[in-house]
Amino acid sequence: MEYSALYIKEAQAIEKVKGSLLVTRSVPGIKFEEIVDVQLHSGELKLGKAIDISGEISIIQVFGGVSEVDLVGSRVRCKGETLKLPVSIDILGRIFNGMGEPIDGNPPIIPDDYLDINGEPINPAARMPPAEFIETGISAIDGLNALVRGQKLPLFSGAGLPHNRIAAQIIRQAAVKGKEERFAIVFGALGVSYDEASFFMRNLEETGALERSVAFINTASDPVIERISTPRLALTAAEYLAWQHDMHVLVILTDMTNYCEALRELSAMREEIPSRRGYPGYMYTDLATMYERAGRISGKEGSVTIIPILTMPDDDITHPIPDLTGYITEGQIVLSREFDRKGIYPPIDVFLSLSRMMKEGIGPGQTREDHNNVFMQSYAAYAEGCYLREISTIIGAEGLSDRDKVYLNNADAFETTFIAQGETEKRTVEQTLDIGWQLFANLAEEDLKLISEEFIKKYHPKYRGK
Amino acid sequence: MGKIWRISGPVVIAEGMRGSQVYEVVHIGEEELIGEVIGLDGDRATIQAHEDTLGLRVGERIEGTGKILTAELGPGIMASIYDGLQKSLTSLMSGGELFLKRGAKAFALPRDKKWHFTPRVKVGDTLDEGHIIGVVPETELVEHRIMVPPGTRGTLKRIVGEGEYTIEEPIAWVEQGGVQKELTLKQEWPVRKPRPYKNRFDPSGLLVTGMRIMDYMFPLALGGKACVPGGFGTGKTVALQQLVRWAQTDINIYVGCGERGNEMADVLHSFTRLREPKTGRLLMEKEVFIANTSNMPVIAREVSVFIGITLAEYFRDMGYDILLVADSTSRWAEAMRELGGRLEEMPGEEGFPPYLGSRLASFYERAGMVECLGSPQRKGSLTVVGAVSPPGADFSEPVTQNTLRIIEALYSLDVALANRRHFPTINWLASYSLYAENTREWWSEIAPDWADIRASALKVLQQEAQLEEIVRLVGPEALPENDKLLLLCARMIREDFLAQSAYHEIDTYCLPKRAHLMLQTIMKFYELAGAMVNSGIPVSEIRSSPMVPRISRMKDIPSEEFEDRIAELWTEMDASLVGG
Repeated sequence: MEYSALYIKEAQAIEKVKGSLLVTRSVPGIKFEEIVDVQLHSGELKLGKAIDISGEISIIQVFGGVSEVDLVGSRVRCKGETLKLPVSIDILGRIFNGMGEPIDGNPPIIPDDYLDINGEPINPAARMPPAEFIETGISAIDGLNALVRGQKLPLFSGAGLPHNRIAAQIIRQAAVKGKEERFAIVFGALGVSYDEASFFMRNLEETGALERSVAFINTASDPVIERISTPRLALTAAEYLAWQHDMHVLVILTDMTNYCEALRELSAMREEIPSRRGYPGYMYTDLATMYERAGRISGKEGSVTIIPILTMPDDDITHPIPDLTGYITEGQIVLSREFDRKGIYPPIDVFLSLSRMMKEGIGPGQTREDHNNVFMQSYAAYAEGCYLREISTIIGAEGLSDRDKVYLNNADAFETTFIAQGETEKRTVEQTLDIGWQLFANLAEEDLKLISEEFIKKYHPKYRGK
Repeated sequence: MGKIWRISGPVVIAEGMRGSQVYEVVHIGEEELIGEVIGLDGDRATIQAHEDTLGLRVGERIEGTGKILTAELGPGIMASIYDGLQKSLTSLMSGGELFLKRGAKAFALPRDKKWHFTPRVKVGDTLDEGHIIGVVPETELVEHRIMVPPGTRGTLKRIVGEGEYTIEEPIAWVEQGGVQKELTLKQEWPVRKPRPYKNRFDPSGLLVTGMRIMDYMFPLALGGKACVPGGFGTGKTVALQQLVRWAQTDINIYVGCGERGNEMADVLHSFTRLREPKTGRLLMEKEVFIANTSNMPVIAREVSVFIGITLAEYFRDMGYDILLVADSTSRWAEAMRELGGRLEEMPGEEGFPPYLGSRLASFYERAGMVECLGSPQRKGSLTVVGAVSPPGADFSEPVTQNTLRIIEALYSLDVALANRRHFPTINWLASYSLYAENTREWWSEIAPDWADIRASALKVLQQEAQLEEIVRLVGPEALPENDKLLLLCARMIREDFLAQSAYHEIDTYCLPKRAHLMLQTIMKFYELAGAMVNSGIPVSEIRSSPMVPRISRMKDIPSEEFEDRIAELWTEMDASLVGG
């Protein structure tokens, strides 16, 4: 971190070192959550944070790990500051490590300001409800789980599923309909492998999005404790661009599961009482303080939209990580291993996925008037088809009526034509809706109960162009 | 007076605190963060900070206020948006500040606003606690009744004339035992202490919510207490927002405790558009919002819930019917767990403190129908609905289980229904209401056969659940005709009656009379079709009757023509659904 290097206090008496925690005799004047330098005997510096302070002792959590710290020669030096990110518009196009230091070979930026990485909560009364539709070009998202500006919509994935490819496709294709505006991408890599990080960076480079992007990269080999700060740095950069430079910022955080693991590790080190599966009881609040930084503010041009990616351990959606995330975010896009095995890309599970902000973002003026009806009807028809598919595996397709067979076939067609699409295929929302109508043409017209008669006359392939 | 000795997250230990009392409000540090003393040990006090403690130093001063945490009660509450400590969020924005700064101050009630006060008592009257001394038209929908605060009684020595007064100007002087007391439009009440009343009654009368499954199947009585547990994505928030939108109560209070900011923004914005069906006034005029979103200070979640219930009791004491919705009590419980952990208390189940149950009870038990203190004689009710967010949608977890011990109506939200996009996702087999008896009298006025129709519809749904298991083995076509008809009818009850879209222009709100006609129509269909089946007509034929889609489109019929159109439908049903 590049800011005031003047130390104002120093403590020499380190009493105890354990895990990544270091206990010193009380440092006078140290602030709660202040960032300190831990200077080793060799002169090497490590960053630390005061996590519990009292008149007797101060407990410092050391970011780079406590190797080589000794009780005699090491010192703790305070700067009188909590963790801050230096910002200026020049952060665009730059790559930083998980602690906010540049790693792209270029010099540190000349900051306009230093921002507290914890941010400040947006006054709920100042928020604007998110409502602008973002066209991702992916039917399963645009048509069924529309994303809007200021929303936080995670991708729930599993090990080996193509969540990175989907996220990269969203980055490449996302745009608000009919608008050319200043937008930026903030990418936070949390404990991912080098390959994954470079996949994203290459992608940004190839699409020319790099100069509109800021990346914070904490790879799997970087210290675990740094991972706690990385997403906060990314969000601070995003807020800076959105609220001070009126940009529409899309934040991609991958993989939040690694973040939560780091949080658990840290909690265990602090000897806190664990909640479910060893994760700390405050994990909901901790995640919420980050995800809640998404939004729109009345009177401000910009917006912060967050797409966190997490891998569900053992594909279990009730695991504490996806579970708590789902309680905070406004819906979730869930990937299905079954679809992936069937070769359907993107393998988006239609039933488990949900976008809570969808209703505000679709309809006339945003997408198309029939969007909600098409969504409801497609959904209902597919659900019926899937139910019949389940029954037919037991009683055989012969036991079904003719009408049921139509729905059964419709479910297959829905998967292969509506959900499945190419990785570089960018469908407009009109194309997506028209695919929906093509499928309705196979169903009996009187079965289209969820579509108003007006739209049937206007959009049904049977009447179109007549 | 004291000094900070230790800081650990939201827990601050101070020394030099001798003389302070438990639950006393203190100001911490230079920024005067708000905190409450929760424990005393000799010279040291344990304090829970209601604001973020980041950047505090050991040795900073702590000042006691000598007061315990109170809510400010008086004109100016209606249509307000408060944070968890009853700071007005709109006042905090007044300087163009869009973010919440630590230590920022704002009054709950505007100090300079003049209210039009009309006295209702005269000099020489003997006033008791709770006596209404005058009224202030706070909004078009709510008349604010100014009461003698609990603890004060005596003879009225002087009262101001009708006119404009601020909340701090004295308006009446009461003499009690030779001591004169000044009354203002404003009073205060400690949030953790229930406000007194004269008598308590059983909940009675229906709290009309406009949601069919609640009003008809699992009615909630005025003064009742209910909980709504549901996993994520089960539409909990939407269901609760529907409640505060359409409940036919005098005042609704929505406590957003540890939940999403965008949803809060969504509900706030909808209230600036939506109008009260009866009067056409903006709904906001009968609402109070407490917004302590999940990124706001954790410890303030508890206070937000108690501030909400104190405001609710205050209006109940005026003789109103109040609905308080708390979304979500699980977040409050988590705050208790976090604090318990920091205080190194012995944890109970899943790390929650052992007093979880009693703390939850101290909140829910403040619901009820009461005879208010003072004259004129009046009844008020406070109905409480709390959301619970069980991890992994597993209802065996401690918050759900402790809540179930207290509440009398359960609206169990179901993930499977959400995945089928059946909303509201209240599961008809798992939910219950012990208030069905308390509301029978209310229902008998508009629908004498309510209890019978309700029972037979619930029975059909129950039988459907049993048949479903058989269908999964043998397929629907292998069932006897009677059972096929039952499945058809159950499906109609589910899709055409229980399912109700919050976003449907007409169906978003359904009056009890309308709900009754709808279900009557479906049960009538079942009866007529039953006779057809008995006379040998196959169900496949009945299924394709034009009456089936007609019934499913009942939801689209505008209210004003509903009764006529249903009468027509019945005539047609009688004519076309006949045995061969």
